[in-house]
Amino acid sequence: MPDRRPTIAKDDVPTAGSTAHVSPGQTRTRNRVSKPNAEAALIGRSLRHAVRDVESMLMAVALPVLLMLMFTFVFGGALDPSGGYVNYVVPGIVLTCAGFGAASTSLSVANDMTSGFIDRLRTMPMRASALITGHVVASLVKNLFATGVVIAVAVAIGFRPTADLGQWLLTIGLIAFYILAITYLFAAIGLAAKSAESANGYGFILLFLPYVSSAFVPVETMPTWLTLFAENQPITPIIDALRSLLIGTEMGGSGLLAVGWCAVILVLAGVWAARLFKARVGRR
Amino acid sequence: MDSTDIGTTSALTPSTARPVAASEVDGPAISFTGVSKSFGRKAVLQDLDLGVDKGEVFALLGANGAGKTTAINILTTLMQADSGAVRIMGVDVRADPAEAKRRFAVTGQSAAVDTYLSTAENLVLLGRLSGLSRRAARSRSEELASRLSLDSFMGSRVGALSGGMRRRLDLALSLVVPVDVLILDEPTTGLDTRSRRELWAEVRRLSAEGTTVFLTTQYLDEADALAARIGLLDRGRLAGLGTPAQLKARVGEDTVAVHDELGSVVAEKPTDGTVRGISAALTPLAESSPTAAVSLRSPSLDDVFLAFTSAQDSSDD
Repeated sequence: MPDRRPTIAKDDVPTAGSTAHVSPGQTRTRNRVSKPNAEAALIGRSLRHAVRDVESMLMAVALPVLLMLMFTFVFGGALDPSGGYVNYVVPGIVLTCAGFGAASTSLSVANDMTSGFIDRLRTMPMRASALITGHVVASLVKNLFATGVVIAVAVAIGFRPTADLGQWLLTIGLIAFYILAITYLFAAIGLAAKSAESANGYGFILLFLPYVSSAFVPVETMPTWLTLFAENQPITPIIDALRSLLIGTEMGGSGLLAVGWCAVILVLAGVWAARLFKARVGRR
Repeated sequence: MDSTDIGTTSALTPSTARPVAASEVDGPAISFTGVSKSFGRKAVLQDLDLGVDKGEVFALLGANGAGKTTAINILTTLMQADSGAVRIMGVDVRADPAEAKRRFAVTGQSAAVDTYLSTAENLVLLGRLSGLSRRAARSRSEELASRLSLDSFMGSRVGALSGGMRRRLDLALSLVVPVDVLILDEPTTGLDTRSRRELWAEVRRLSAEGTTVFLTTQYLDEADALAARIGLLDRGRLAGLGTPAQLKARVGEDTVAVHDELGSVVAEKPTDGTVRGISAALTPLAESSPTAAVSLRSPSLDDVFLAFTSAQDSSDD
């Protein structure tokens, strides 16, 4: 690709630390960084954070695994005496897992927005919003990894999916779409929060949605008023769609609804995040 | 070869610079012209006029709440002035912030370092964000590490470093790509004496290499030690401007002081500092207090500061 940046010739940028006196008339300027480079560097940064932040990694991997073990071995026998509960519960656990993992995005975003890191980026010739892209993509990678671990443990304790290759690909695609949507939502929460601590608090409520869905018990078993909510909230069709893809239950309209919900969440969260970011970094 | 690669030796020899506009060559490195800024009804900066010459070290001195950080924020494109113009190397920061950003680097008050990353990773990250190739970013970070004595901490997680080390790293991050103008917002606040001196040494070195340095400080000794000229900011107004010597001269002359056994000043007389002047000043005291201790005092920047500024509540900038 031809480089059309106007002032990027290498001779143009003497290394100051090691240079002699700068002669008059010679100016030293910073280059505008090309877009993918900044994004790539910030994705790498967020991934390093994900690996090193033991607490949030535990939250993303260990908690869903423990939850699954608990539901399968403690409650599972009562919920389904035939022993097949693990097949029922895995999709719900996967979404819960994605929620826990994505929640830490609000914390990372809020931290960067309040720590001075964002101001450094804002004074550099680059697009500061690359910071958010970095967090979102890293969250996607981290949570897909965590999902893989959860599914592997599930198979080890008796999960027997019937999905063929195509259904597996659709499953992974839908999970990734959901993670992307919910990560953007958490990123927006991180931008809206005044501090990292409050970001954590706001996001908490979202983590309860899977419990009031078809994740752990059929919604018909809930009281009528709750059924109404559980049937019409986004998590239920996503779980029903995953369940259908993985273990061959009835798909019905849940596939389209699932994709539709993810798209709606992604668009709304994306617009909200973009507005908040603009307001936060706007020159006052 | 990567066109952004500046880490190799070939890049060390300055050669043909790109053609620069006349406005970049002539005129001051930084200029504030009639800059005002209010938050609500509170005027934070009022009609600030200031010029910093190329290669100069200029200190903006003021108490907490005087408007120093607001001035820095406007200068570094983070904020917009209500009125007036600010230029860096001839580029109007309001009209063309993207172009202005290419001409300065800033180290803010809070060390904007990434505590999860190592020293080396921080430096490479900033290099990458500044458009260097991975290889160039790596070699540049090694250069900066040895320059700022960060070598032995390159592998350490920044979260484990002392405040002084973090500040030094923060400065190194601002130097990843060399620029003409370096802006430092209270670079030594909270540092111990040794770390302060080390940072001062680095500022002097940068200045000797031709970098224009604009810094804010609430420490008079810092301004005195580093700056060719000082601007005194008092409640958003420029209360004084000049070299440290000029400012001191405006406050008063040297005095000779006589102390009692407890160290309190019992008498103080103006003097020109010569042997004759001092002995003339002391003669009347030789009989009344022959054993009293004597000291010679020049107005300090503290005196300057108190004379030019007014008492006020401390509040955030």
